[in-house]
Amino acid sequence: MDLAAVLPQVFTGLVLGMIFVLLAIGLSLIFGLMTVVNFAHGSLYMLGAYFTVFLLAYTKSFWVALVVAPILVGGLGFAIERLLIRRLYGRGPDDPLLLTFGLSLVLIETAKLIWGKIGLTLDPPRALAGAVDLGFMAFPLYRLFVIAVTIVVLIGLWAFVNRTNVGLIIRAGSRDPLMVRALGVDLNRIWLLVFGVGCGLAGLAGALAGPMRGAYADMGVTMIIESFVVVVVGGMGSLLGAVVAGIMMGQVVGLTTLFAPKLAEIMVFVVMAVVLLIRPSGIFGEAGLAE
Amino acid sequence: MKSITRRSFLATGAAAAGVTATQGFFPAVLRAQSDPIRIGFPLPLTGPFAALAADQQRGAQLAQDELNAKGGIMGRKVEVLFRDDQLKPAVGAQRTKELIENEKVQFVVGGLAAHVQMAINEQTKKSKVLFISVSQSDEISAKPDTSPITFHEALNPTITSRVMGKWTCDNLGKKWWIIYADYAWGKQNNMVLADTLKANGGTLLGSTPYPLGSAEFSAHLPKIQAAKPDVLMSVTPGADNIAFLKQARSFGMDKQMKLAQPLVWISYLKEGGPELYQDVYGATNWYWELQDSIPTAKKYVEASMKKFNMPPGDYGAYAYSAVLEVARGVELAKSTDSFAVADALRKSPTYDHFKGKQWWRTCDNKSFQDLWIMKGRGPGKTKGEWGLVDIVARVPADEKYDRTCAEKGFA
Repeated sequence: MDLAAVLPQVFTGLVLGMIFVLLAIGLSLIFGLMTVVNFAHGSLYMLGAYFTVFLLAYTKSFWVALVVAPILVGGLGFAIERLLIRRLYGRGPDDPLLLTFGLSLVLIETAKLIWGKIGLTLDPPRALAGAVDLGFMAFPLYRLFVIAVTIVVLIGLWAFVNRTNVGLIIRAGSRDPLMVRALGVDLNRIWLLVFGVGCGLAGLAGALAGPMRGAYADMGVTMIIESFVVVVVGGMGSLLGAVVAGIMMGQVVGLTTLFAPKLAEIMVFVVMAVVLLIRPSGIFGEAGLAE
Repeated sequence: MKSITRRSFLATGAAAAGVTATQGFFPAVLRAQSDPIRIGFPLPLTGPFAALAADQQRGAQLAQDELNAKGGIMGRKVEVLFRDDQLKPAVGAQRTKELIENEKVQFVVGGLAAHVQMAINEQTKKSKVLFISVSQSDEISAKPDTSPITFHEALNPTITSRVMGKWTCDNLGKKWWIIYADYAWGKQNNMVLADTLKANGGTLLGSTPYPLGSAEFSAHLPKIQAAKPDVLMSVTPGADNIAFLKQARSFGMDKQMKLAQPLVWISYLKEGGPELYQDVYGATNWYWELQDSIPTAKKYVEASMKKFNMPPGDYGAYAYSAVLEVARGVELAKSTDSFAVADALRKSPTYDHFKGKQWWRTCDNKSFQDLWIMKGRGPGKTKGEWGLVDIVARVPADEKYDRTCAEKGFA
């Protein structure tokens, strides 16, 4: 297979990977600090897409929608943490998992009640419509935009976690919450923030995916499974792992589709199985944590 | 104590959510009067075919209202009971079983996916209930799946893809790439399209399966672009159709090749909009602008406009026609016995409810009907909200488009 065929595939796979990264990094952030497996993440991704449709209809501006939709989803994340999950701290990881699983069902059914069982479509803004010639292929401008936004968000997130005081507390909190509390830090506020930001990233993924895939109530159901695969492969709680595994999974799907389209969905799980056999805690996971 | 209360509350809430999620919400349509004739109608009200299912539901309701306005069937009221099969074969079978055993329906009409209608058919065969399938499948009217009480109102992949394939070869080009949903209907279309292309001297550059219900096609597209076909034939049903066309256009493929598909659906034309479907070709069993040339079609469109404020769509037309055929069969047989009704329909196979003459072929209970080739009008050229396509050709009903009775296993 020559390079001319593989290069376009690598590029399309990169976009798939970016959506995985945004979802997985939110999941990983929440798990790393709070050991909460957020099953509602897929539904929040779905809400991000629906909010974008809704905001686009009211404000007529995609840019406003792209900024506001993730903030709304993040706000919902704050509410979920404050009103529901907070009450389950100290009960082990199963209870929040069951809670968020139930919540995801509630959100999906609510979306069906509000927006109907038939999906909605939305278009990328005029400025990002059409394709650009990359030399080896014509690539949709909007998909390049998705790559760019994801990179900017990742840099911002990296700076936030590694270069700010709050980030320092987050890193410390995920290592040893008890010691951080002993030093007089109110971890509840940090957890609230992290959960909200994680959910907001899911909302952003949905908002970015909307113009490519449309908005429909079940859109998060398959994505959440694949995102968990990404988190597990990257290593539970590792942000770098989520980024690397997300991009890797995008490439696995893209390249498998080129050679054997029927296997594209299964390959993701095959890769997970292989990685876990070699490194039980994932590529960048710490040994002993959620193996 | 407080937390235990909350926990039990949550458990109840979750259980309640589970019940509504699996069972759906259906008002009891029981009425205390002389027992009505009841028709069960399983269909995927949720999932990627939801828009088509909504169309079917409207079509069946229209037929029900029309029959009841005329005094019902043999003086008995008609009730159509809809159930959500969620596009899952197991759920379709279960809902059908419930309709027959609990709701005591005498007949079943419905199904909107090849694999689900097979499951429904297994159930109706077991319960000896007449079933008129209203969506596409090749197997439903062929041995071993069919039965003397299994009827098929819709077109099937063989007919659609032979007609559309031939027309495409003659008019759009002979170098194709096919992309198809990897399930019964998609695979059948892919096979027939490939055969038709070959028979017409064309070249198949490639054929790609994708999982039904996908929202992401980008990984398939570069390979197709590189192959440079004249025609990209997409067998992408339901909501997949919109996602697919959108992504193909975003990669600029609409400027490099012709876009054709075995079928176009008005529900998705409306949802996707004229820009998305501009110059996309596909066949259909029904389009409301046929009312300009067919008098019975005009009556049908007007009834639909009055009740739903929208013209009837393609899949709605199947449902409408099938419910009316159940009624015709019962009137002819003067009985609600499924086998008597089936015999009556085979004995007087010709009918004309809304779009010209149709007939049941007596060997396989398959309906034969006209079909039309359509082309998306594009923005600025649409007529009103629903006038989204031009009719470019009419293909009169002909049994030669389907497999022969012998090929379908009837000696």
